[in-house]
Amino acid sequence: MTYLVKPKLLRADAPRNALGYTRRDYEGAISTLCAGCGHDSISAAVVQACFDLDIEPHRVAKLSGIGCSSKTPDYFLGNSHGFNTTHGRMPSVLTGAALANRDLIYMGVSGDGDSASIGIGQFAHAMRRGVNMTYIVENNGVYGLTKGQFSATADKGSKSKRGVVNSDTPIDLAALALQLGASYVGRSFSGDKEQLIPLIKGALRHRGPAFIDVISPCVTFNNHAGSTKSYDYVREHNEAVNRLDFILPRDKIEASYPAGSLRRIVQHDGSILHLRKLDADYDPSDRVGAMNYLQERQALGEIVTGLLYVDSGAVDLHRHLNTVEKPLNQLGDAYLCPGSKALEALNAALR
Amino acid sequence: MKPTNIGGHEYFHKVVDCQWACPAHTPVPEYIRLIAAGRYSDAYMINWRSNVFPGILGRVCDRPCEPACRRGRVDKEPVAICRLKRVAADLKDDVSGRLPQPAKMNGKRIACVGAGPASLTVARDLVVLGYQVTVFDNGASPGGMMRSQIPKFRLPDEVIDEECGYIIGLGVETRYNQWVGSLRDLVAEGWDAIFVGTGAPRGRDAPIPGREEAAKHIHIGIDWLANVAFGHTTKIAKRVIVLGGGNTAMDCCRSARRLGGDDVKVIVRSGFEEMKASPWEKEEAIHEGIPIINMRVPKEFRHDNGKLTGVLFEIVRAEYDAKGRRSLIATGEPDEFHECDEVLVAIGQENAFPWIEKDIGLDFDKWGMPVLNEKTLQSTLPKVFFGGDAALGPKNIITAAAQGHEAAISIDLFCRGKKLDDRPPPEFNLVSQKMGIHEWSYDNQVSEEERKKVPVKALEKTLKDIKLELELGFDSFMACAEAERCLNCDVETVFAGKICIECDACVDICPTECITFTANGEEDDLRGRLKAPAKLLEQALYVSDDLKTGRVMVKDENICLHCGMCAERCPTGAWDMQKFFMQCAEAGTEAKRT
Repeated sequence: MTYLVKPKLLRADAPRNALGYTRRDYEGAISTLCAGCGHDSISAAVVQACFDLDIEPHRVAKLSGIGCSSKTPDYFLGNSHGFNTTHGRMPSVLTGAALANRDLIYMGVSGDGDSASIGIGQFAHAMRRGVNMTYIVENNGVYGLTKGQFSATADKGSKSKRGVVNSDTPIDLAALALQLGASYVGRSFSGDKEQLIPLIKGALRHRGPAFIDVISPCVTFNNHAGSTKSYDYVREHNEAVNRLDFILPRDKIEASYPAGSLRRIVQHDGSILHLRKLDADYDPSDRVGAMNYLQERQALGEIVTGLLYVDSGAVDLHRHLNTVEKPLNQLGDAYLCPGSKALEALNAALR
Repeated sequence: MKPTNIGGHEYFHKVVDCQWACPAHTPVPEYIRLIAAGRYSDAYMINWRSNVFPGILGRVCDRPCEPACRRGRVDKEPVAICRLKRVAADLKDDVSGRLPQPAKMNGKRIACVGAGPASLTVARDLVVLGYQVTVFDNGASPGGMMRSQIPKFRLPDEVIDEECGYIIGLGVETRYNQWVGSLRDLVAEGWDAIFVGTGAPRGRDAPIPGREEAAKHIHIGIDWLANVAFGHTTKIAKRVIVLGGGNTAMDCCRSARRLGGDDVKVIVRSGFEEMKASPWEKEEAIHEGIPIINMRVPKEFRHDNGKLTGVLFEIVRAEYDAKGRRSLIATGEPDEFHECDEVLVAIGQENAFPWIEKDIGLDFDKWGMPVLNEKTLQSTLPKVFFGGDAALGPKNIITAAAQGHEAAISIDLFCRGKKLDDRPPPEFNLVSQKMGIHEWSYDNQVSEEERKKVPVKALEKTLKDIKLELELGFDSFMACAEAERCLNCDVETVFAGKICIECDACVDICPTECITFTANGEEDDLRGRLKAPAKLLEQALYVSDDLKTGRVMVKDENICLHCGMCAERCPTGAWDMQKFFMQCAEAGTEAKRT
């Protein structure tokens, strides 16, 4: 961590996006996490993704719960809306916000404690309801703020910094999200931004619940030999099923790939997901297949990463509830309360 | 790319752009930090060792350091390095106690011809080693062109007196008012070595029609400046044209403005941008109400029976051939006539060695310049060394001082019978500045203030008195604010790949995105693949050994702010901020070591 504010001096040729912003305009306050924390890399990936997508910062709402991970929304998108909820309650507050104003881009940032322990019920219901959001879990397998106890996602057999071996069965949040109906599910590693940034971009432009489980090593309490969430371990066991290139409708597609190695998925807004297959048999549109694959590979000790599942035709909570197109918070009094005559007419129709 | 060799002094020296650009390699950031800390005398002495004339150079240096300053690449303007140097000179305490003590005489006698910056540097470096140094000059006081060619409103005599005085006071013997008329005779006097620092004493003339007829009203710039400097010339006609576009032209026009010239203009052959004068000197001339008219080649001095009436100019434009060589082509427009009463010709300076006999074994090239070993500055007459404008052509004071140091090293080696090519290496070290998790022994918070302008006296006052110094210099508060703008480029980012865990923390925090972890490749390819492409080729890439993942760390040095955030963010201490301090070798360095 550092106490200093990042100097504002910029290189003269610093790239600007379509809105005229530099990457620095998408940053937030200076991080107070430990030096080397994977979470900071995820923040940087979010900054890059929003910069690349020309997102207007005021169109984003970032919500989080409690924990190291949930502090991070302060460290990116300093000009966006933010809400720190109570522990594990981010999904329901986000659901409410999304219902009130469907026009914003919702990003829920949580951790393995916040989502897999205290907030697991909230997590489950946000997924199954189909809330249109990007749900990022910064997953380090330990409770960093309380000095490194195992969290619910710690692998069985993983060793703590003090040498204690974890005996509990881990919760696989990506597998849970698949089972609960998330329509975009990915897993990535904070140390691999080439993989992570396109995954976040695809999620931000996905309609429906998009879930990304990001393994994010805790340098202070979970980056030692014997840990299954250390930089070294994750790099050694990382098995990516595919590589994603996220392509905006306006972008020219230049790269060419051998036939059969590429899968092209068009999302509802016209953005394109180019999936370069690394595992020839893996089919990211097969929910059940994906769940099976995850279980099989996990049993072999592999960490499966990439875009695990996507349903580009998914519908979200607003469609389920048949809400109006206009954000609820913009509906005027006259529309919400059409008057006693309209009420009488309605009542008469029901008699 | 191969891993960067950070072992010697070369790599890190180049990162300190200002020090690299300075001919004398003055440790600029170090003295700027001392100024910020109010340690003016310490800052002065660091300068004094490297460039000998801090007070003088703090006013009139050509400042090659400033265009090189990294701040200029990330901010509107570079640090005012030159004027900070003046602060050290202005605000220091008495430094006489800090000057070196002359050593016991070693019995060797050295003659220095000319008492300008090069000779005085040689004298200073050698006299403290025990040499008996004698300086000859045809003037009555030391300083050379610094005294005779630079107007007093830029460089007052007191400053020259003080700084030349420090050197003479070390025990240098002076022979003023003595013109050395023959090198043969001088050699015959049996000196162990002779140093020639006679400058470039001849101003170039403009031999166009009317020059001889109107000679009374046409003056060679540097001669005229010398006459002004010594009080022989105290006024000039109302309408003056200055021919030329170098710093001498700027000094001429501004001096003319102060001696009665109401209508002074500078008329120059080249375009305004290509003029040799430093941008700030042009600015100051314009500020004093002097127009600069470009793309005019003088054709004829018009006169009325010897009384100058004006100058006729041909109007030209510049054309460049495929190799970028410029030629001036007449535009075909009618010639332009500018009325004036006097002309100052400041179109360049030449070397002249009428006092060196051609048959004594000292070779000259076809341009009339002495044949020298450019590194050792030794002539073909082994005992004779050159430095300053006399050596490799007219440059500037800081180059003269740098060459003086080199010549002194050569002379010392020569007198001790050593090989001149065995130059003593510079002294340098590299020390971690870490004092705590967030504490560094330097102020790593980057100031975002703009460059401070040096306060000046009112124009109407200074235009009336040619001896009144125009600039007031920074006070201590302004100096501190300006010093804080320095990015501390000498506090180097040093990377230890062995302990790096490739967590990307440094990449994420770097405000200017100069760090990338990527697969290695050839330099061209690598430069394009970085997080922010490294387009400035003269700025190095710092490449690590292969890391655990097989990638390498590549840092583009170009716009690193040296804020140390990478090191603060690094969980393993793979990045460290280490201060690189380097001073060029002094004459006698090798002797101390053996």
